[in-house]
Amino acid sequence: MSKRHLYILTAVLAVLGLSLFLYKVRVLDMPLTPGQERDVWTVEARVTFEAKGEPVRLSLLLPRSNPRFTILNDAFISPGYGLSTSADFWNRQAIWTIRQARGLQTVYYRAEARRLVRPGPPRKEKPPEPPQSNLEGPELAAGRALLQEVQRKSADTESLVLELVKYLHLPQPDDNLKFLLKNRPDEADRVELAVEILALAGVPAYSVHGLRLRESRERLRIIHWLAVYDRDRWRPFDFATPRAGVPPDYLPWWRGPGSVARIRGGERLQTTFSASVDQEASIRLEREGRAYQPALIRFSLFSLPIHTQQVYRVLLMVPVGAFLLVILRNVIGLSTFGTFMPVLIALAFRETRLLHGIVLFSLLVGLGLLVRFYLEQLKLLLVPRLAAILIVVVLLMVFVSIVMNRLGIQQGLSIALFPMVIITMTIERMTIVWEERGPGEALKQGLGSLLAAAATYTLIHNRQIQHLFFVFPELLLIVLAATLLLGRYTGYRLFELYRFRALLKGGS
Amino acid sequence: MFTLAAQLRAMGVLGINARNADYTLAHNPRRLYPLVDDKFQTKQMALKAGIPVPELYGVVEREVQVRGMHGILEKPEGFVIKPAHGSGGDGVVVIAGLHRGRYRTITGNFYTPPELDHHVYNVLSGLYSLAGQPDQALIEYRVQFDPVFDEVSYKGVPDIRVVVFLGVPVMAMVRLPTRMSEGKANLHLGGLGAGIDLTTGTTLSAVCRNERVEEHPDTGACISGLTIPQWETILDMAAACCDLSGLGYLGVDIVLDKFRGPLLLELNARPGLGIQIANGQGLLTRLHLVEQHRPALTSREERIAFARGRFGVKAGAAG
Repeated sequence: MSKRHLYILTAVLAVLGLSLFLYKVRVLDMPLTPGQERDVWTVEARVTFEAKGEPVRLSLLLPRSNPRFTILNDAFISPGYGLSTSADFWNRQAIWTIRQARGLQTVYYRAEARRLVRPGPPRKEKPPEPPQSNLEGPELAAGRALLQEVQRKSADTESLVLELVKYLHLPQPDDNLKFLLKNRPDEADRVELAVEILALAGVPAYSVHGLRLRESRERLRIIHWLAVYDRDRWRPFDFATPRAGVPPDYLPWWRGPGSVARIRGGERLQTTFSASVDQEASIRLEREGRAYQPALIRFSLFSLPIHTQQVYRVLLMVPVGAFLLVILRNVIGLSTFGTFMPVLIALAFRETRLLHGIVLFSLLVGLGLLVRFYLEQLKLLLVPRLAAILIVVVLLMVFVSIVMNRLGIQQGLSIALFPMVIITMTIERMTIVWEERGPGEALKQGLGSLLAAAATYTLIHNRQIQHLFFVFPELLLIVLAATLLLGRYTGYRLFELYRFRALLKGGS
Repeated sequence: MFTLAAQLRAMGVLGINARNADYTLAHNPRRLYPLVDDKFQTKQMALKAGIPVPELYGVVEREVQVRGMHGILEKPEGFVIKPAHGSGGDGVVVIAGLHRGRYRTITGNFYTPPELDHHVYNVLSGLYSLAGQPDQALIEYRVQFDPVFDEVSYKGVPDIRVVVFLGVPVMAMVRLPTRMSEGKANLHLGGLGAGIDLTTGTTLSAVCRNERVEEHPDTGACISGLTIPQWETILDMAAACCDLSGLGYLGVDIVLDKFRGPLLLELNARPGLGIQIANGQGLLTRLHLVEQHRPALTSREERIAFARGRFGVKAGAAG
């Protein structure tokens, strides 16, 4: 009776999931594979500040369309604020105002940046006014000396700019440069200084600040480059590596000196940027011409803020990992420490990559075990002992990070993302099993956990699977159905065949 | 691989998934688990029903009681400390006696009083309990085991495991401690399991670490052919425990004391599957047989007679 109930339930779930999935594939043309073209991006600026209870005026510079990117669909999320936008020669700007605000405020700006597939060369433009340098007094003298030095090695405007960029990045700056930078070896200051020096040489230039569009869960850093008027056109020059032109994934956000956001009536202003390939827009591009937006798309994960979307990209893989664990444990018979510990470890491997992850994890657990065996002699009570191991684990993480950093091994730093409580419990359980059942059993279960974590990692970091579950979360209904069915799987586990083989030899 | 599975199925071997889904989950209501998971409750329930158990010397419930416990530990015949909610023999310490102010275990290790205290603290903090919850430590009579197993056990206490299904004993084995299992009789610790002919109560060949053995690895004595005394009583106790606990699928652990006869040690709501290897027989065939005939068996005597009739060596070949 209860079996039939189960079958009906799983059938309903599977049919529901499958039909939603097929509808989205067949009717809505949603892509089954992750898009190869990354031409439409959603970019987001998140501004937070502490309001002091006075009138607040917040201004944020916005990106504008240019020969390489078209900026579409500005969206502002700022409950309760008045909003106006304006533009001048340099920038577009949004101004938020409110009569009174108190406490932590968050304001979002989101837009779609569509990369032009074949950007033309920069447009021909009239020569601007000859630039005026803002350097004065001793700074002017130092700037002139610097310019002379650079001019000696260059032949034309392009080589002048490249030499200047190289000079500004010398690992051992000379006294002139040190004086001009005033011990602020900041890229933003360097690029403004470059503009001033070029003005001394009579070359019109301005600084450009923007993002390098990359899929990443982390916040994007602002990068800087130069636009120089040369041979009738404004031409970009990369600043981090001296070369003419910039890579196609540089999205200009604002131009000229000054910071992207300014505030009056608040403090602790912070602006963070993120970007992601906009799958929804890619889909929409293909469907352009149809008038309506189906609710299924409007109510999809794509409507969430980008940062939340990135979180869900990961979260949606946890059930998939759990399902794999069900198979590993109940069908194969692998024994692991803790039911879902391997899934969490696999999530932590995301940053370290598999090999480093396994090495770091073994290192951490191994060192932890040594400490735990020592603590055993002190005869501590359970909870203080667990807390002591936790503290030691955190110290070990710090230690490993520092040592790895000294050795120049970048992956060592991501050890910080290991779930320390899980590692603590693993160490404790492993010691207990070690003492009670012997080292063999402890190592067996430890290896089983690592194996399960590695398998889970491979599964949940597959780009295709990630894409499928993110675009079609209803597939989880099918996973749920399969899990329920496995909940009544009463066949032998793979390892039991091995366990009971003695029966076959003697019994029959 | 699939042929192997088919062969096992043909033998009626019960797998862990099938045991959980079709037997423990189906026949053991969860609300009854505390009765068997808590050895203190089990003991009281058995005493009330007149089933003999090892005498309880005391219960340590809180840390402050640990200092006072040594007063009741001065027993010449030793004692046993076990966590009330322990599983699989974890956390059980068997002390043979006091020696120059230190406690000597049956395997010849020593515990100083502070070390024994620490062990009890660990028990109380839930180190050995099933869900890691705070636990109690039981201090009880150390069984003076019957000489019948002297030849085939390496120190420690051998015990008898009977699997009872719907009140009918279906399979039994005797678990013998080895040097590897450190005096404990649990199979996963390296103990030896010998199947028992339910009809006669004599031992069959044995299994150690999933391998068939004929002789005890430490003593070298032949394991099969030993007749267990008071077999009828043991079967009756096992069947009675099933009625008492209300659990349909139950593992009953019984020890044989030299003076007091069979004593109930503990009950297990999720008995292990190694018993099948020890007996060289699958459980499923017998379980199906019980399911078929159970409605016709009313009294406990009938059920035991049914078990002795069907699940012996001679009957086993036929059934």
